[in-house]
Amino acid sequence: MAVSSSSATSTVMNNVEAVRATLYEAMKTDDRTVILGEDVGARGNVFLITKDFINEFGPERVIDTPIAEASIVGIAVGMAMEGLRPVAEIQFADFIYPAFNQIVGEAAKTRYRSNGEYTCPLVIRTPYGGGVRGALSHSVSIEALFYHVPGLKIVAPAFPADVKGLLNASIDDPDPVLFLEHKKTYRLIKGEVPDGHYTIPLGKANILKEGTQLSVVSYGLYVHWALEAAQKLQEEGLSVEVIDLRSIRPMDKGTILRSVEKTRKLLIVHEDNKFGGIGAEISAMVAEEALFHLDAPIRRLAAPDVPAMGYALPLEEEYMSSPGEMAEAMRELVKF
Amino acid sequence: MATTITMPQLGETVTEGTVAQWLKKVGDSVDKYEAFVEVSTDKVNAEVPSPVTGTIREVLVKEGETVATGTPIAVIDEVGAATSAPSAPPQASHAPAAPAAAVAPAPAQAAPAFTNGAGSGATANGAEAVLRGASPAVRRLAREHHIDIRTIKGTGSNGRVTADDVLAASRMGPSAAVGQAIASSPAPAAASAPPGGTSTYGNPIPGTIVPLNQARRIIAERMVESKHTAPHAWSMVEIDVTNVWKWRTREKDRFERETGYKLTLLPFFIRAVVESLAAFPLMNAKFTPEGLYVNKDVNVGIAIGLATNLVVPVIKRADQMSIKGLAIAGGELIDKARRGKLGVDDLAGGTFTVNNNGANGSWASAPIINGGQAGIVTMETVVKKPVVRDDDSIAIRSMMNSCLSLDHRVVDGYVASGFLADLKKRLEKMGPEGSL
Repeated sequence: MAVSSSSATSTVMNNVEAVRATLYEAMKTDDRTVILGEDVGARGNVFLITKDFINEFGPERVIDTPIAEASIVGIAVGMAMEGLRPVAEIQFADFIYPAFNQIVGEAAKTRYRSNGEYTCPLVIRTPYGGGVRGALSHSVSIEALFYHVPGLKIVAPAFPADVKGLLNASIDDPDPVLFLEHKKTYRLIKGEVPDGHYTIPLGKANILKEGTQLSVVSYGLYVHWALEAAQKLQEEGLSVEVIDLRSIRPMDKGTILRSVEKTRKLLIVHEDNKFGGIGAEISAMVAEEALFHLDAPIRRLAAPDVPAMGYALPLEEEYMSSPGEMAEAMRELVKF
Repeated sequence: MATTITMPQLGETVTEGTVAQWLKKVGDSVDKYEAFVEVSTDKVNAEVPSPVTGTIREVLVKEGETVATGTPIAVIDEVGAATSAPSAPPQASHAPAAPAAAVAPAPAQAAPAFTNGAGSGATANGAEAVLRGASPAVRRLAREHHIDIRTIKGTGSNGRVTADDVLAASRMGPSAAVGQAIASSPAPAAASAPPGGTSTYGNPIPGTIVPLNQARRIIAERMVESKHTAPHAWSMVEIDVTNVWKWRTREKDRFERETGYKLTLLPFFIRAVVESLAAFPLMNAKFTPEGLYVNKDVNVGIAIGLATNLVVPVIKRADQMSIKGLAIAGGELIDKARRGKLGVDDLAGGTFTVNNNGANGSWASAPIINGGQAGIVTMETVVKKPVVRDDDSIAIRSMMNSCLSLDHRVVDGYVASGFLADLKKRLEKMGPEGSL
């Protein structure tokens, strides 16, 4: 929330550094914290997030696992149920599928199945998203696959300060959280990160820019592009409100509805493909709860329904929405 | 299921219609294609056939009320819906309100929720046509602010009325447009007599307002439009109709016996007119920005004065008819007009108009052109006059003036007077012998 302001007490970081700093703090301050995943130990994670952690905290708390995602999450579920605070890493979200059963069938249902006797305070971190020439196996957005699952929280921060506040909240949370880190923002996005421990409540969106003629809801990388587009439109005299969801589930219905009731128009922008995506749920929610405030059809700008993001640059560009496309969609809706 | 019937569009340019008479009441059964309501629009009275077989559930517009085309006017329960609930009729006789709610709760509740306030409602496909592009927000705001969306000029894409447009209109006061329209006619009278003025004419007795019915309003619009857009020029000829009058007098009794229609001078006149139109095709044209559109069809409108309004039904392809054919076609149209049974087709397509104006003794008149035509020609009263003939003899002849108003954009006096002279010559050649 508080991004900078109080002068000497913040540090400029990018998103990778924010993850690293937060994990380090969690490891340092709570010895129940355990990190496990492929290459998180000796290699220090492929993005160097946990570089040297193994030297400081030892291989019992920074665990290199086999390439076996089901085991990573399965083991972490057990750790969490027995009182540890595991932060499991899936090296790329593209490889999370083998762990689907452990996440959906086990972690998300633990509290319910045990009638509250057990909880599963597990964080699963995973880099996701495209725009980095990652091709078919290093570009996917997985949020919609897990979005349907009650008992699972999903977080997708866009800014370093939010990364820290939300990762802290996720580690503190008594239930499983899927923590999605957009690869392209890792080193691209820098910002002031307050020093010291703080949390940002899960399920709270952030209005990045106020506006009166259109509400734009997004998350992850596209938040930055949507903001860029909205600022461009501001120069054209069009007033667009930009909401960073930050948490995909629980979803901050209140912020979205209040915004739509003000602007009467809604655009949802996400990198994931359109059909059954996060935008579908937001659309349905707004249609159910704010229909008589809508002055235009709800619009979703999202990826085409193709199996994957291609490697070839034109294919990748075609799959992704550019700030220019976002601006055009915004313009059309404002003028509708 | 329930079918919502909307005000039909009877004619291309017709935007509203008046429910003249409900031929069926609520609860009456109606067959598919059976007329259930009579609607009057721009001079037409049309019976509207039911699109379904069923029972009239609701009548949404009262007799005499005028609504926009597309506005729901009635709800008919289709017969299929009734058979699925066979117990409904007996219940209905005991407690009329209850079964409706029990059998079809959703429509019964939904309808008032939308039709409140704005009045025109969003219950049916017809409303979509009227309120095209009205978003849920616009509908809600219009309802809350008691604004008729159709009175607002939209600023959205393709002229869509936006929520902001509704709010802007609401800031001008509820139904500002309607208010202004109503105020505009009485206001000048009130304003021109301020208290304490110098006028010695102190207390004028207030007059009354005769509300504009549909036909009156449309006549007013059309007349203003025609006078405004077409520069009228005028000319008159005097025609010796002695011989044709004799011919007509000789034939009329037999004609009426055989056909049931009266034989007047009109078909003779129209016959001469269509022949003259053939000789002067620009008189059968109309002005368009692209050029003069010369009609191939010769469709002659005949102006018929009724007690309440004027109607101009059209004899199609009048140039292909004999005098007898014209007499029958004209007789049919006059008969329909008097009974208020003219249909849309009867009134459409005119290319030139004849106004038989002389019945009450008019000797000359300056008619207004029927919009989209080059001219209108009148038949004035036939009077017996002493006439100096070519051989300087004086004779008593039956004389009739014929006046022509022409659209000076289409033709000039040269063509117009040529047309009139041609018409005169043709009529004077008719009779006293001949076959109809």
